[in-house]
Amino acid sequence: MSSDPKLERIAKGNALALCATGTWTASFAPVLERMVADAEKLAGGQQSIFIDVSEVAKLDTFGAWLIERLRRSLTKGSVEAQIAGLSANYSSLVDEVRRVRATAVVDGGTVTIAGMLEQIGRTVAGIGGTVAGLVDMLGAVLAAWFRVLIHPRSFRLTSTVHHMEQVCWRAVPIIVLITFLIGCIIAQQGIFHFRRFGADIFVVDMLGVLVLREIGVLLVAIMVAGRSGSAYTAELGSMKMREEIDALRTMGFDPIEVLVLPRMMALVLALPILAFLGAMAALYGGGLVAWLYGGVEPEAFLLRLRDAISIDHFIVGIVKAPVMAAVIGIVACVEGLAVQGSAESLGQHTTASVVKGIFFVIVMDGVFAIFFASIGM
Amino acid sequence: MAGEIQNPIIRVRDITVQFGSTRVLDGLNLDVKRGEILGFVGPSGAGKSVLTRTIIGLVPKVAGSIEVFGVDLDSSSTSQRRNVERRWGVLFQQGALFSSLTVRQNIQFPMREYLRVSQRLMDEITMAKLTMVGLKPEVAERFPSELSGGMIKRVALARALSLDPDLVFLDEPTSGLDPIGAGDFDELVRTLQRTLGLTVFMVTHDLDSLYTACDRIAVLGNGKIIAAGSIADMQASQHPWLRQYFHGKRARAVMG
Repeated sequence: MSSDPKLERIAKGNALALCATGTWTASFAPVLERMVADAEKLAGGQQSIFIDVSEVAKLDTFGAWLIERLRRSLTKGSVEAQIAGLSANYSSLVDEVRRVRATAVVDGGTVTIAGMLEQIGRTVAGIGGTVAGLVDMLGAVLAAWFRVLIHPRSFRLTSTVHHMEQVCWRAVPIIVLITFLIGCIIAQQGIFHFRRFGADIFVVDMLGVLVLREIGVLLVAIMVAGRSGSAYTAELGSMKMREEIDALRTMGFDPIEVLVLPRMMALVLALPILAFLGAMAALYGGGLVAWLYGGVEPEAFLLRLRDAISIDHFIVGIVKAPVMAAVIGIVACVEGLAVQGSAESLGQHTTASVVKGIFFVIVMDGVFAIFFASIGM
Repeated sequence: MAGEIQNPIIRVRDITVQFGSTRVLDGLNLDVKRGEILGFVGPSGAGKSVLTRTIIGLVPKVAGSIEVFGVDLDSSSTSQRRNVERRWGVLFQQGALFSSLTVRQNIQFPMREYLRVSQRLMDEITMAKLTMVGLKPEVAERFPSELSGGMIKRVALARALSLDPDLVFLDEPTSGLDPIGAGDFDELVRTLQRTLGLTVFMVTHDLDSLYTACDRIAVLGNGKIIAAGSIADMQASQHPWLRQYFHGKRARAVMG
């Protein structure tokens, strides 16, 4: 049914005549292209040029275009190449293809060292913009917060409760599980190494201070950045892509008040709760390992823990939680609202949200460490 | 080949589709003949898009059989199915262009996967397809988010046509276009059908499209085809919905 395509030269004295036969379709494109390229070289000095297509069995856009390409390259100077023997079925297709203007396609930029350096420069210069964006969002959220304080009825309680469920309640199992395991590991490592100095019992001091001051809140904040920060960015980003945020704006709603504030509130309330639960789970895990692996009786563990830690340690830890929540929330919302039209952009901003969120959480933790050291807590 | 001309290009028999306990399509039969433009109408929510999606295999059916190009899609092998998919093009309601690729890359995507063609030829064919759907070559380097609604439809049509299919599914191609744009689009579908010898399965709400572009019309209601035939048959029908549809205020306006 489908025969191999051919393009033969029929000698006709002073004229050049080419006869195309067979199936001129996309599946034969590589062969066709080679034949056409060979035939293009035949032009030169003839009085008239014909391409006979009456024997072509099947023609599609690819075939029609290649015949048109051949016709164009054979046309030199005053001698115009003619297509002859076109069947009625295909004439409209060939006419259609003839209207195509051949335009040079812009080549995708090549990678150069200058280009790479330029990219680095732009990225560095962009850091200032990022910080400005975060401060801008912080200001917008605070302004929205004050508006809500003045008109408490405009506060979106339902939305906040919904996000609390997503961010806090549904996160409890995974947060408790992971902090429990981390508590176990810290205790096991502590006992294993302290035992050489006969200082097994000090593992309780280490566990208490480390978990309450640092690990509890830091670990939970990092998990929340990965779990909820990414979700916020993806939600806001896809709403931005589908013009839902523009729709809100045209209806006279402030997207910050409607979308960002409830999410921020939920996060700021959720993180201290999660950090507290996480710290308790880690202490429980550590105590369990100390008992089963280190032989520290639960009574002894609790007694030692009471001596080792004070309420200060707990406060130092828990005070950091809402601040970290605010940082995660602001980064996530800024990234979400910066999403452009494509799926790729959504992916990039979600990645950036998590990476920046975790980075700022750790930076904040460092700042807090310096602060608490200098006030002697 | 000879048999294929006489047999319908799409042959749907006793199709039943159910979502939960709601039965959307209920023992539906439909034939689409080679080379025709079939307009598919029906009230909103009657399941027009569901039928389209069932035929192209995106919605699972409870019962019935579908044959496209004489291949039963349930019992076909993967390679047979690939072959069928290569011969049809689909224009989705919202265009469904790949948002992270440019127009040119969108149109070249199926070619890259299915054909071994040089980059130069692909670029030239892309320009040819863009010209065919009435777009300027400059559009090629834009991203879908930078296009207007009508342009998205045209680019999506160009992508659906990129492998020179024998059959195209158009899901509400003129919705969201201005009347002039919609008229141009109908004209375009007609022209392409003539030049490329396409068979077109068009879901539409647009009365103008039915009058100017379609050879035959099928009407969906209560999960079945209520009527199928020419526009004259539709106008002569006594079915209440059809009477309302083809003799309503808007229909009179279209007929002048």
